[in-house]
Amino acid sequence: MYDYARAAVEAALAAGATYADARVVIRRQERIAAHNGELESVTHNEDAGVGVRALIGSSWGFAATGELTDTAAKKAGGEATATAKASALVPGSAIELADVPVAQDSYETPHAENPFDVPLAEKVELVVGATRTMHEVEGIAVATAHIGFWDTDKWFVSSQGHRIHQHIVEAGGGMDATAVGESETQRRSYPQSFGHYETGGYEVVRRFDMPGNAQRVAEEAVQLLDAADCPSGEMDLVLESSQLALQIHESVGHAIELDRILGWEAAFAGTSFLELDKLGSLKYGSELMNITADATIPGALSTFGYDDEGTPARSVDIVRDGTWVGVLSGRDTAHLAGLEPGGMVRADGFNRLPMVRMTNVGLKPGEGSLDEIIADTKRGVYMATNRSWSIDDRRLNFQFGCEIGWEIVDGKLGRMVKNPTYTGITPRFWASLDRLAGQDEWVPWGVPNCGKGQPMQVGHTGHPASPGRFHDVRVGVRG
Amino acid sequence: MTTDEHTVHDLDDLQALADRVIELVQDNPRAADGSVEANVLVGRTRHGLTRFANSFIHQHVGEDTVTIGLTVAVGGRTATAGTTDTRDDALAGLIDATLASAALQPVDPHWPGATPPAEVHGPGNFDPATAAARPEERAERVKAFVDADPGLRAAGFLDTQATWAAFASTAGQRVTGRSTRATIDGIHQTDRSAGSAHQTARSLADLDAAKAGAVAADRGRRSAEFVDLDPGIYEVVLGPEAVSTMLTFLGVYGFNAKMHLEGGSFVKLGEQQLDEQIAILEDPTDPRAIALPFDNEGTPRRSFPLVEAGVTRNLAHDRRTARRAGAETTGSAVPGGSEFGAVPTTIKLLPGTATPEELVSGVQRGLLVTQFHYCRVLDPKSLVVTGLTRNGTFRIEDGQVAGAVGNLRFTQSFVGALAQGQVAAIGNDDRYADGEFGAGVVIAPSLRLKAWNFTGGAKG
Repeated sequence: MYDYARAAVEAALAAGATYADARVVIRRQERIAAHNGELESVTHNEDAGVGVRALIGSSWGFAATGELTDTAAKKAGGEATATAKASALVPGSAIELADVPVAQDSYETPHAENPFDVPLAEKVELVVGATRTMHEVEGIAVATAHIGFWDTDKWFVSSQGHRIHQHIVEAGGGMDATAVGESETQRRSYPQSFGHYETGGYEVVRRFDMPGNAQRVAEEAVQLLDAADCPSGEMDLVLESSQLALQIHESVGHAIELDRILGWEAAFAGTSFLELDKLGSLKYGSELMNITADATIPGALSTFGYDDEGTPARSVDIVRDGTWVGVLSGRDTAHLAGLEPGGMVRADGFNRLPMVRMTNVGLKPGEGSLDEIIADTKRGVYMATNRSWSIDDRRLNFQFGCEIGWEIVDGKLGRMVKNPTYTGITPRFWASLDRLAGQDEWVPWGVPNCGKGQPMQVGHTGHPASPGRFHDVRVGVRG
Repeated sequence: MTTDEHTVHDLDDLQALADRVIELVQDNPRAADGSVEANVLVGRTRHGLTRFANSFIHQHVGEDTVTIGLTVAVGGRTATAGTTDTRDDALAGLIDATLASAALQPVDPHWPGATPPAEVHGPGNFDPATAAARPEERAERVKAFVDADPGLRAAGFLDTQATWAAFASTAGQRVTGRSTRATIDGIHQTDRSAGSAHQTARSLADLDAAKAGAVAADRGRRSAEFVDLDPGIYEVVLGPEAVSTMLTFLGVYGFNAKMHLEGGSFVKLGEQQLDEQIAILEDPTDPRAIALPFDNEGTPRRSFPLVEAGVTRNLAHDRRTARRAGAETTGSAVPGGSEFGAVPTTIKLLPGTATPEELVSGVQRGLLVTQFHYCRVLDPKSLVVTGLTRNGTFRIEDGQVAGAVGNLRFTQSFVGALAQGQVAAIGNDDRYADGEFGAGVVIAPSLRLKAWNFTGGAKG
């Protein structure tokens, strides 16, 4: 496969590119879904092709073909350069690439059990059985479960001499139960909304114990129909760790993308409230807030050997003791900002342009436990599992809804509440973080459905977090 | 097939490839007992995208990919597969693996059988020049958008997409179709604000990038001095892009037959659920429509009413949900539909008679909203959605646009906002106007609605 990538790069250079790189990607996906005790779908997808980037002056050109032939690869290389040349009609400042080591290497995701080798019948029974258990709970109208796997081989070649092969294996899944009332629906899911994914093999799925959680999940969904509405007002908010992971994703992860900060995503995804001249001085949150972007965490969903520009995986401090100190970057954006390249550029398949994507952007653990945090809370709400998420185009004003909540009164969990929501402004909210649980409850949550770019690319991101408490948050926003 | 070993160029190539897949299925030893059925959809997409930001082109891409989607049933046991590898040996391997996978499954209770023969209404709306558009043609139009106001920063994209597709089934359905789309969508930014504009058509030649740039720049400049408004319930005039977002959510969460069958949809067929001025169609036959003439299951797409005079009339069905409901498929199958359900994808809200200026002139105190941003459902059944305004939000005082306001968050039932008595007037300015979920789906006019619940702003 290196030959196709090299042919594409050489064609791009021959057409006039000053730099070129190419990725040959072969990706297999499997998804198995069940619904109300019946198998709903077994889907296998394979895509293969070569994508080539060519740089001239101020712009990239990118071309992709699904034909893995020498002829097609060369043609794509030439088209990438021609496309870059066309960009000269609307030029900007010349793009330069920050230096990275020129690697010739290979990397493979550690995994014990390749998911594609597990008997299909076993995988089917797992999801069908989980939905059967949930659906048997009285009041459950819809029970679904799914598991999914990716097996990706990538061969990367650059005109600077990179030659890297990576074999990435990812696995995960999830399930949910929906109870339908007269004018509302209530849903509970497990391990988190949209499922939880990690790098690794089928052992990831086994560890979830979906069958062992099915009954509880379904019963909670039914109970929610009769639960009281979430109280409305300002009070302490304790977040379960998967919701805190999404809070990190939306109000930190996207905000620290250097391409957004530079305005490159302004029209679609938006910009960021962060300005580079405040890097190193802006207070992002309280002293408990320590965030890293770490592509080396074993098992986390955004763990790899090299990004799609050939930059080695690394850990970068983003927020240190509450102060903003780092960004997510690639070689071009890092050079523009005068920073070290972070190795955070990835593409969703061979036919998409690599762009800045979150790696494992996570919150370092604190001390103590969730139980201790609740015992230390006089009045508040404990919320778990994301239900809805929305944030403005500068990543300041957010509103999140969770599937379930419980009142906290005098250090104890009280009654279950439904439709819990909370809203806030990013730095003010993070400044109110005053308790954070420890390593024992720190989970490397994986988000498999991060959207960014035009056309929309789906990115896989990781967000390690433990439960935390925020004081005086506005909760219970009503429609 | 033509030229290079497995290159696919046109509809004839695609139909030949689809037929070849059916042949390979039927020749497979697992099909010897006659219990095997199959649907195959072969598509080629040629996509060119020119993205710009800070007034220069920073991403410029071209893609030409063929995909094959295959569903097989072995004695009613189903499996699905997809690939970009069109070579015979690869296809034979994929087919064998998919048949083997299906044979191991339990019987699929909702499998409706392979798609039977039926004629489509036409070949699809296709413009050869758009399909062949070169990067320079896109870049020239981007330049026109950017040059509309050199004093501001422009960002956005212009893309062209051509789709060719062929479908074949073991039950004898054979159809082809093709479609093109061109879109320019961008903003002009000041240091404090942005204004947007959007155009979509089936032909690149129909885009007026300079005009779009001028509209975006005007909105951006007029938004530069804004005040932050207190949250509350306001009368609103929604521009076509904001209305498009509402219609998309109605389609995905409301008119989705699977969601309805499972009790999660607001729709009560035959009831007056929306204002009597509201008429919504699924209309792939509109001359402006950007759509293939058949759906993901090879069923001919057709026009049908979703809402007539505020009364909900129909749901969007694929063959699976139609079988469950004892109804006819409406040709609304989409990829992934076995899990998610069928949705309308050529939605049209019929226009009214009021000009956009007349909509504004009828409002004593309210807001003019250009665009919504980051909308998410809090409850699918009541269709309560939260999101924000973006790229141009203005106060209306005494029937006049009085000045800009900062972006606001809303928490609002979309069904409630369109309920009987809540629609003050409908504009005559219907056009393609897409929300945040993609281009070429919704044709919508502006709307004047009596109440919209704003629950916060960027300051808290």
